[in-house]
Amino acid sequence: MALRFEVLGRFNRARAANLTLPHFLCQTPLFMPVGTQGTIKGLTTNQLEEIGCQIILGNTYHLALRPTSELIDELGGLHKFMNWPRALLTDSGGFQMVSLLHLADITEKGVTFQSPVDGKPMLLTPEESIQIQNRIGADIIMALDDVVKTTITGPRIEEAMYRTLRWIDRCIAAHKRPNEQNLFGIVQGGLDPVLRDICVRGLVDRNLPGYAIGGLAGGEDKDSFWRVVAQCTAALPEDKPRYVMGVGYPLDIVVCSALGADMYDCVYPTRTARFGTALVTEGVLKLKHNVMADDTRPIDPTCACMVCKNYTRAYIHCLVTKDAMGSQLLSYHNLFYMMKLSRDLHSSIIEGRFPQFVCDFLRKMFPKGDVPEWVCNAMEVAGIDISSCCAPFISSQE
Amino acid sequence: MKFAVKAWSNGRARTGLLHLGNYPNPIETPALLLPTRKGLPYFISPDLLPSLPSPDSHLLQVCPLHFLEGLSPKTISKVGGLHQMVGLPEYGFAAVARDSVQCLPECNSTNKVGASFETPCGRLLIKPADYVEMISSMKPNIWATLADEVPAWVSDKRNKTSVDRTVRWLDECIALSSAGGAVFGSIVGGPSVEERERCTQEVARRNVSGYWIGGFGLGESMDERPALLNAVTAILQEEKPRLVCGLGLPEEVLQGVAAGIDLFDSEYIYHLTLEGFALTFPLGGVGVNVFSFDPNNLGSDRSKINLRATIYRKDTSPVVENCSCYTCQNHTKAYINHLLNVHEMLAQILLEMRP
Repeated sequence: MALRFEVLGRFNRARAANLTLPHFLCQTPLFMPVGTQGTIKGLTTNQLEEIGCQIILGNTYHLALRPTSELIDELGGLHKFMNWPRALLTDSGGFQMVSLLHLADITEKGVTFQSPVDGKPMLLTPEESIQIQNRIGADIIMALDDVVKTTITGPRIEEAMYRTLRWIDRCIAAHKRPNEQNLFGIVQGGLDPVLRDICVRGLVDRNLPGYAIGGLAGGEDKDSFWRVVAQCTAALPEDKPRYVMGVGYPLDIVVCSALGADMYDCVYPTRTARFGTALVTEGVLKLKHNVMADDTRPIDPTCACMVCKNYTRAYIHCLVTKDAMGSQLLSYHNLFYMMKLSRDLHSSIIEGRFPQFVCDFLRKMFPKGDVPEWVCNAMEVAGIDISSCCAPFISSQE
Repeated sequence: MKFAVKAWSNGRARTGLLHLGNYPNPIETPALLLPTRKGLPYFISPDLLPSLPSPDSHLLQVCPLHFLEGLSPKTISKVGGLHQMVGLPEYGFAAVARDSVQCLPECNSTNKVGASFETPCGRLLIKPADYVEMISSMKPNIWATLADEVPAWVSDKRNKTSVDRTVRWLDECIALSSAGGAVFGSIVGGPSVEERERCTQEVARRNVSGYWIGGFGLGESMDERPALLNAVTAILQEEKPRLVCGLGLPEEVLQGVAAGIDLFDSEYIYHLTLEGFALTFPLGGVGVNVFSFDPNNLGSDRSKINLRATIYRKDTSPVVENCSCYTCQNHTKAYINHLLNVHEMLAQILLEMRP
């Protein structure tokens, strides 16, 4: 084990903690931006530090293709290669199984891809995935899991869950650097609480440094989503970090944190920036729209970032989707927003004002009081009273 | 804006100091103007600009035509002008109607009413009144009057017309303009020394703060230039600054310096950045550069290297040893090579910061 996880404050299920990793002391809850190919698109490592990023994700699948894990290893590891002094996390390459499924064949041995770069077949076994991640050298590495879309039903889900448990043992056996890199197991099982429970218990038995909740954020309805998160966070050990993979929207992060999760990753903030959408307290702002062409207000008047302090919506509007600078500036703002959200979650829990923070957040995002029902249900389980944010809703029974 | 010549060489070359109203430190000339797109560098975001050497990097070139794509003069005025709009109040902007990348003069469509440009919005005809309206809303520190630029191969008659039009438009621009900012009179004349001289004489009679010498970088050869440049600078008043666009390679810039030019654009850097090149020539005089010409280096030579070349895959040295720029202080050739291979934006950002 190469991490320390120290809970500093709680509110019911929510917790704020210090997560000490080999390269950096992080504060949770936290959001991890995705730097797929060894860079966050359009931002320098200096800017990322300034914004307050603590951990960045690298994608094993992409890095293994280019520039190859052997080259990264030879040059001293990914931290040195990209000159990022803080923490790194690599995923296993498994998600590409779901996103590139038409090119993949999954067997007990591993996953065969057809390389999109040159068409050659690539076999990713649990052993190979861990070896690649050992070479890349991230602080946290992810086990190769058998991921299925949550929109799929039937025996495939059960098969994938059991295979994930068999593969975790192969991952553990293949892991050559347990004192420098933390191997996280990933809970699978689709939307089936029985399967999820079996998977959680199986992973907890292996006494891993941390656990991820996988297989979500793939199109399932929100009601099923939060219930799986709630079940897993209730069953996973208190004293180890919990990472909900692929999340995502600020609202989802607030709900999952209320339910007891600590870490999140998603391409959403940076990807949506490249399409001209900014994250703001009210939700999103689509800067592409013509109505922005003479709006001389900042993107978000309450945001302290360099972009909101210096630029108008009108100027960003004329840049977005046309000039690289537009993507850069919006990515900067969006990540700043996510980092601030992380900091606010952490500090509000520690300072004993988490419920007020949640209510404030919801009130700004839903000024008419139309908080979605799934959020209300989740907050009820989380033990947070959000009635002050919800307009009295007309029950269907009336 | 204030300009003063500081020192002379034996020939026409000179060093000078350019004072901008909104920035305390003077800029030493000869100096480069950084290329911009809609007022900001192509790739270097505004918070990274301070990592470039100061005050040399405080002059930016802006093309007003960029803003036709989505930003009205009214909105620019509402925000308070270009400096406010792009969040760079302490930087100097020199506005020139053409840029060498996306807003190229289209001399066949130019007529007596206005100058034609090929832009990302299509072919546009810009009248002096339109141009001055854009300038007035932007309020740049320096602006060049609207010119009819022609390439080197046009007929004598067309060339002569371009001089007549340019001078007429200069007068119109000055008459229409209420904006502050230093007006640079535009001088054209194509490949003809006589026409260049004629234009220069006309412009020199007008009350301008400096001169913009156009019509270069449009296909003429390097050998033709010194004669044309010298024909112009021989007539101009010594104490007013001279700006030229379209001189790309370092050798061409040196030609311009020798002829007495003080300010240069640097769209060349944009092209280098896009191609994956980094400039590597030693700055302090003639360095002993042991560099073997390897045909596999994709066009690398003594002055630049192409970081796409596979020899850099594992090269953990900075682009230039002992260089204090952000890119060399923080990153290796291997990393930039990888970024170029996977088409990541960060590659262009790091390369643009290097020169």
